[in-house]
Amino acid sequence: MSTPLEQHSSGQARLPEERVAGAMQSFSREIGAMSAFRLESCIHCGMCADACHYYIATEDPQYTPIWKVEPFKQAYKREAGAFAPVFRWLGLKRAVTAAQLTQWRHLLFDSCNLCGRCSLICPMGIDVTELIEQARHAMFDAGLAPAELYEKAAHQRLTGQPETSVEPYREQLTAIGARYDVAMPLDQTGVDIMLCVPRTDIVQYPAAVAALARVMTFLDVSFTFRSDALVAENYGHYAGSREWQRDISLRLIEQAIACGAKTLLVPECGHAYSVLRWEAADLYGAPLPFEVMAVSEYLAKELKAGRLKLEKALREDVTFQDPCQLTRKGGVQEAPRTLLRAMGVEIKEMQDHGMFSFCCGGGGGVVDIDSAAPLRYRTMETKLREIAATGATTLLTSCSDCRRTFDDANRHFADHSPAGSRSLSGPAGDAPAASLLELIAQHLHHETSI
Amino acid sequence: MDLLEFARGPALKVSVGIFCLGVVWRIAAVAGLRIRRELSPARTSVLRYVGDGLVAIGSRSWPHPEFIKRTGAGEALGYSYHLGLFTIILLYGPHIALLDSLFGFTWPCLPSSLITGIAVVTLTLFVGVLFRRVTSPVIRMLSNFDDYFTWFITMSVLVTGLATSAHLGARYETLLAIHILSVDALLVWFPFGKLMHAFYIFPSRAINGAILARKGAPS
Repeated sequence: MSTPLEQHSSGQARLPEERVAGAMQSFSREIGAMSAFRLESCIHCGMCADACHYYIATEDPQYTPIWKVEPFKQAYKREAGAFAPVFRWLGLKRAVTAAQLTQWRHLLFDSCNLCGRCSLICPMGIDVTELIEQARHAMFDAGLAPAELYEKAAHQRLTGQPETSVEPYREQLTAIGARYDVAMPLDQTGVDIMLCVPRTDIVQYPAAVAALARVMTFLDVSFTFRSDALVAENYGHYAGSREWQRDISLRLIEQAIACGAKTLLVPECGHAYSVLRWEAADLYGAPLPFEVMAVSEYLAKELKAGRLKLEKALREDVTFQDPCQLTRKGGVQEAPRTLLRAMGVEIKEMQDHGMFSFCCGGGGGVVDIDSAAPLRYRTMETKLREIAATGATTLLTSCSDCRRTFDDANRHFADHSPAGSRSLSGPAGDAPAASLLELIAQHLHHETSI
Repeated sequence: MDLLEFARGPALKVSVGIFCLGVVWRIAAVAGLRIRRELSPARTSVLRYVGDGLVAIGSRSWPHPEFIKRTGAGEALGYSYHLGLFTIILLYGPHIALLDSLFGFTWPCLPSSLITGIAVVTLTLFVGVLFRRVTSPVIRMLSNFDDYFTWFITMSVLVTGLATSAHLGARYETLLAIHILSVDALLVWFPFGKLMHAFYIFPSRAINGAILARKGAPS
């Protein structure tokens, strides 16, 4: 007998057609007017392919963004479109099958970062990413979320952590504070700001966690981490479960309310920002009783107010990776550049930067999916060439998943690039990707009293 | 009742009726679906993001320069034949006369010879559109019956119109009847296929523009 997880996500187990039918009917019922306009408007021009790094890298038509929701267009027209009864009666649109959905899992999870670049090119103004997110919900309902995302989401929903760890994250946080000699206030109440941290930073980039606390201490604001809501990422969102996304978001919301925070500060994590800033209130069912801000926009605000003073880093060897969910989809565009300018850092911009920046390749949970890795490395070549062309020796970003994806690429291409080919040796040569927040923490200007 | 009387009499009335009812139903069926209430605080004022949504209806007509290298040829082809079609429909003398008889107002027309030239160019572009649809792996994969039938029916209107204006192949009345019947067929097909993009383009662009503007993100 298979376990629930195997039934859910192995893709090997035979899918009950009824479950698929239910998922597709649910998708069609919940589609809503906005997405129905998106589905109805497509003129099959194929231009979205020209914005997608998966298509650009492979020239494989199946990676055309709008094609990734083809079965869902089929389901919509059969179940909810203006002529749905006619389509069903005449058999013009067949019911989506389990085999079809199983085949589409690669397109919806392995080869889409939910980066939104395709929405900028569509002449009809269709936001394909929104459709893909809704399609992921149906895939989850059909039991087809990738195992890695499903497991992490299930674990995070139950425990607050997306995985087991020898030491709970709470203890790791305290240890990071001791190691970097910075206070890590935990479970305080009556504070102005509640912080959370990317799981990636706790596990892989502890200096970024320390930098976050160090900057907040420098600003002399009351802040706290909360044991029960440390993790910023939302694997429910990645896996495609609206219900689990809500449960995971609620953990943070409830803790922010419990500690009386006026602001929930989202650290360097693009998707966490998108989920908490733009989606959490809808899932909570009411406006949040606190403000949600990305750390970069918060620090830019503090800089403008004169409370954050920065020393000059005076560097000209830096390029910046715009995290898609912050820049293109979140509206946080200028803040990182404002902070870098304040430190005298001149950015060597990539050919496609700002709103047109290519995704790092890891967003949307893709960096966690093992089966997606070969395609991800191939897709990243476009981005890595753009980085190499800048001549920069440091790649900065304000998203830990971008950072993790680039560092993983560093290791991969160091092992797999043809001898002598350094153009694909990872960002900025062999140097690891760096955190904007860490750079800021290293350049805080402490007033010296006379 | 001869063929011409039938084409511009009952056939036209029925096809206009189907067109109007179909278009209204197709839009109502979508607009009547659930609209999710956004509870996250907007980064900009309602006036600003609604305004930006309306601006996006126009601004999305021109591709961002960053994409032109990859999509410029396709966009040029697409816009060119649309421009050709609209010019023929709105600036050809007999069409203006028809609209005048229906709505009671008129405007200057282009010389017939120029319209014929534009029609030949538009027809050529239309062939190019089909060629692109069947030769581009991406567009071929996305294409379905709707795409090819819509192409066929629009092409029919164009070809019969050209034949009528040039008096080619049959009596003028017969050619005109066939041309009007092809228009009737297009009107009947309109609400069922992709021609609906002529209406959907407005909400689609506006929704995307407004949602992004609400977040303070560019569109």
